[in-house]
Amino acid sequence: MRKGEIVTAGLLALLSLYLMWKSTELPIGYIAGEGPGGGAWPFWLSGIMLICCGAIAFNWWRQTSPASRSDEPLLDAVGWRMVLLVGGGIVAFVGLVNVISMYGAIAAFLLYYMRYLGRHRWRVSLPIALITPVTLFFFFEGAMQITMPKGMPFTDPVFNVLYEIIY
Amino acid sequence: MEVLGLLADGMFVAVQPLNLFLILVGVALGLFIGAMPGLGSVNGVAILLPVTFLVPPGSAIIFLAALYYGAMYGGAISSVTLGIPGASTAVATTFDGRPLAMQGRASLALVTAALASFVGGTVANILFTLFAPLLASVALSFGPPEIFALMLLAFATFVGLGGDDIPKTIFSICLGLVLGSIGFDAISGAPRLVLFDHTGFLQGIGFLVLAIGVYGIGEMLWTIEQTRGEVTATTPKITAKGVAADTKDAVRRGWKGTTIGSFLGFFVGVLPAAGATPGSLMAYGVTKMVSRKPQDFGKGHPGGVAAPEAANNSASTGAMLPMLTLGIPGSPTTAILLGGMVIWGLVPGPRLFVEETEFVWGLIGSFYVSNVAAVLINLAFIPLFIWMLRMPFTILAPMIFVLSIAGGYAATRDMFDVWLMVIFGLGAFFLRKFDYPLAPAVLAIVLGPIAEPTLRQSLLLSSGDPSIFFTRPIAGPITVIALILIFLPAFKLLRKRRSLA
Repeated sequence: MRKGEIVTAGLLALLSLYLMWKSTELPIGYIAGEGPGGGAWPFWLSGIMLICCGAIAFNWWRQTSPASRSDEPLLDAVGWRMVLLVGGGIVAFVGLVNVISMYGAIAAFLLYYMRYLGRHRWRVSLPIALITPVTLFFFFEGAMQITMPKGMPFTDPVFNVLYEIIY
Repeated sequence: MEVLGLLADGMFVAVQPLNLFLILVGVALGLFIGAMPGLGSVNGVAILLPVTFLVPPGSAIIFLAALYYGAMYGGAISSVTLGIPGASTAVATTFDGRPLAMQGRASLALVTAALASFVGGTVANILFTLFAPLLASVALSFGPPEIFALMLLAFATFVGLGGDDIPKTIFSICLGLVLGSIGFDAISGAPRLVLFDHTGFLQGIGFLVLAIGVYGIGEMLWTIEQTRGEVTATTPKITAKGVAADTKDAVRRGWKGTTIGSFLGFFVGVLPAAGATPGSLMAYGVTKMVSRKPQDFGKGHPGGVAAPEAANNSASTGAMLPMLTLGIPGSPTTAILLGGMVIWGLVPGPRLFVEETEFVWGLIGSFYVSNVAAVLINLAFIPLFIWMLRMPFTILAPMIFVLSIAGGYAATRDMFDVWLMVIFGLGAFFLRKFDYPLAPAVLAIVLGPIAEPTLRQSLLLSSGDPSIFFTRPIAGPITVIALILIFLPAFKLLRKRRSLA
């Protein structure tokens, strides 16, 4: 945790510097007759962010924050595994949306999570993984008239059947 | 007595079939969301906001307010039966609720919680009805300096009363404000902070993208990592005769806590950005302090359940007061409600009371109806909620992720925003591990687009002289209080040093 605290503060300080630099594309000072320039607000706020990172680093050095006193790892092996499997699953889920459609990605993600991570039986995970996206389809496309991404053309036959039901 | 007439009209709006149906569904969902460990009203409102675009704005906010209400009741269910607070607002309920459950008196704890919540909600509703029109009429005369001073006060409350690491809190506030300024400069119309020159940033970052990222993805990852998916429940035995006896016991031993919680909770809730969590903790502390048997607290005293439960309900109504009258949210959940109002095309603030009378009073009327609905549904279905709590987390968690992603897309219709949500979610998880509070960032991204123009307009009015925030009769005191709150932690530190020396 101790190492992580200072690394995080460093990364956030870099982010603050980047935001400050990016803000200077617009005037950051006071323009007579116009008030503060367009870049002033984000520039000075990012400046405060940078000062805060300095203060966090100072507290780290004085060891006043709980994380800066802790020798425990940020995450243990089980924790990392869990975060990678769940977080990675979410990234893959969103990545799949433009390939197998939002609904296909939902089914795949639910199946992955319940069957592989949750170790539920097929007879539990498969029906939930199929019924949820179909219900959401009727809710979003039918009731709310919101079109979700359909993915690549090979998903068309499935959607044609579902749209037949709505219209 | 004009207020009573308006309130009666409002209640009439609230019991229209669609609204009544939404109140019942909202309260029931809220109870469930509040009871689920790791999910609180703020997660529920953030995840379900996109779904409400289906109904008119008046009904949508009634639904979300009912959900907010229900979640305050529901938090107690898991605090008592699982020993894990269902939401941060119910943390104080575990102190005495869990010991009561371990003694086999879970039913007493649940009944006390429900009754105290009901009383807290009712007291807050009455105070709200009395104060809201008054405050709104005062606020009608506010100009840019007053509004900016109020924004400053909202952020100052986080710093002065938040109790979190101060540099991290300030960082979080500024980050939210900067994220809110991405897109276009409202005054010159020039593109601003187009990060990495990616055109996706031209449309800005919606507050919902950050809110769903933080509460739908980040917090869920955190809960999964913390609990490792293992939760055990104690099942209370509930019978009609038992409930009657418990009610008597709850009234006898819980009335003091309920009274303190109801009033204290409301006023803490009204403070910008304070909300139900500090309200419930303070009510617990004060009730214990004034009790004749403070040593019983923490070992299963019904007063220790009543105080935080009355307070969190009362505070949730209190938090709506500045949101509706001043356009400044009193809690993270109301920040999201406020963002929703902007999406629905309403301008939060005092003019709402003049221009959208039916909307405002319909919402206020719905508070009363929701409160009654919540206590009835809660008491009637406690066994059902406990049964539902046994739903494996490995089924609930992926469902929440799916709702977050699909709901987020439905609200923004842009995959770029969905990717941002995922990035914010993963970032929020790690920041949470290092104790960075993220509620201030969500509040800031909502308030930023209001705060910046008011600051610039004020400085334009005064030709760049910042003393405008100190010299105006209303803005002045607010600015001074805000500054005191900001420097409060520094004063405390100095005093501690001096007393050590």
